[in-house]
Amino acid sequence: MENTIEASGLELSYGTTRALDGVDLSAPAGTVLGVLGPNGAGKTTAVRVLATLLRADSGSARICGHDVAREPQRVRELIGLTGQYASVDEDLTGRQNLVMIGRLLGFSRPEAHARATDLLGRFSLTDAGGRPAKTYSGGMRRRLDLAASLVNRPRVLFLDEPTTGLDPRSRNEVWDTVRGLVDDGTTVLLTTQYLEEADELADDIVVFDSGRVVARGTSDELKHRTGAQTLTVRPVDRAHSPVVAQVLEQVTGSVPSTDARGTSSVPVPDPALLGPVLDQLTARGVAVSELAVRLPSLDDVFFALTGSTTTTPEASLA
Amino acid sequence: MTTLTAPPTSTTPAAPTRAPGGNAVSQSLTLAWRNVVKIRRQPEALMDVTLQPIIFTVLFVFVFGGAIAGDWHDYLTYLVPGLLVQTLLFATSGIGVALNNDISKGVFDRFRSLPIARSAPLVGAVFSDVVRYVTSIAALLGFAAVLGFRTTQGLPAAALAVLVAVGFAMCLSWVFVFIGLKVRTAGAVQGIGFLATFPLTFGSTALVSADTLPGWLQAFTRNNPVTHLIDTVRGLLLGGPVAEPLAWTAAWGALLLAVFVPLAMRAYRRRV
Repeated sequence: MENTIEASGLELSYGTTRALDGVDLSAPAGTVLGVLGPNGAGKTTAVRVLATLLRADSGSARICGHDVAREPQRVRELIGLTGQYASVDEDLTGRQNLVMIGRLLGFSRPEAHARATDLLGRFSLTDAGGRPAKTYSGGMRRRLDLAASLVNRPRVLFLDEPTTGLDPRSRNEVWDTVRGLVDDGTTVLLTTQYLEEADELADDIVVFDSGRVVARGTSDELKHRTGAQTLTVRPVDRAHSPVVAQVLEQVTGSVPSTDARGTSSVPVPDPALLGPVLDQLTARGVAVSELAVRLPSLDDVFFALTGSTTTTPEASLA
Repeated sequence: MTTLTAPPTSTTPAAPTRAPGGNAVSQSLTLAWRNVVKIRRQPEALMDVTLQPIIFTVLFVFVFGGAIAGDWHDYLTYLVPGLLVQTLLFATSGIGVALNNDISKGVFDRFRSLPIARSAPLVGAVFSDVVRYVTSIAALLGFAAVLGFRTTQGLPAAALAVLVAVGFAMCLSWVFVFIGLKVRTAGAVQGIGFLATFPLTFGSTALVSADTLPGWLQAFTRNNPVTHLIDTVRGLLLGGPVAEPLAWTAAWGALLLAVFVPLAMRAYRRRV
């Protein structure tokens, strides 16, 4: 079956800057494709091409089988777009924004109002529906923007950094909404700078750097790619941590590091070493409160792939 | 108005609950409604088109009236059609600023991602500016009436004068739509607007008869579309030839549309 989102060889330059340098993307129906990358990697440009706002210099892209360059109006009927900056009209109320979009899409006045009422309720904006959008908090604005992109019940939803600048609670609300939409069969392309977000939501992840896809796969595949897993052990009694460190060194052959809480961790080539470690600790009477083999975080992966760290939420809020 | 919507090139069934397709006219009216709602919410947005005609009337009538016409009251009669057109021209340049703001705030990205006629956001903006035009004309004629201005050709002729002036303004506003899409910042749009409207209005018969001007300037003034419009309005309000200036005004309006609508549409499609 053909992918709902399918792009191959997308190239686009602004003057001498190559914003997209041969990008291939694909997402099957009802999945979330996470596009991860630092600022300026070309994530937003890719979304704008797929959402028919920009034309690629070369390459092609299809949404539900429709070419974005040749059948843009058809594609626009199928997609919803939530931009990096909330693109609702600040001077209109939440309800007026939604009714306006419904009317533009050809809904009758009662239909447009019914749809607005429905969406306001779904996004907990019923009480705020009569207020101009400029009085909304950041989270409310983002929810309204999301609601605005759902008026036409899109089959494909583009979310360009949907949670940038949101507090954790609002962020979780957006995540829950996205999960709900995917459960209903919507295909989502999500750009984000937050590895945690991609980890939480995305079925597949592509990592962008300088207009190119530098890695792709599921979250776990990407984590495996950077190699070493970490074995962490935390004894119930902190006094036992030297014993733990000794056992770890014996079994794995590497010197573990121990943190202030008495948790020792050591890189392991094979998760099967977990068994011998546990046996040894039991034999020495050490009770363990935490014992795990942990994959590297997406942060580790990202750093390994792009050579740069991602922006932390705190930094981007500043 | 022709719709620029591409014909459907596919027979794939539409999204499950696709709304019946709207058309370009209703989409434009919806977007015009949006702008009118904004004006209702912030009536101060009409301050410029309300106060400017009044301030200009006071300045020109009382500062220059005595010197130009010997008597401010006589000058008021001459001046009203010219001021009507002048304030209208200043009102038209506002559309470029508004569009530029919409683009920089990302509102137009939303419109561009919707399956609507490409022309709808621009046409909607042009339609909604009629509110500004009518407000500026009402402020001017109301204030002029207080000062003693009276039309001599009857109410239907006066209504026609307003209609012609508003119609021309809607044609001219496409020039500013184009500029608003081409220029990066709203401030620059405003600057260009002033640069364009000052020579056009002062180099017309708005303030003085063309007979008093040096020859080269007369040539400009007599062929200035703004002069044709002012002469039409003057004829309809105070008597005088109407048919010829009206024909010129219509021709200029059509020319502006023919040139600037395609240019504006092209700029809109390209604007990132």
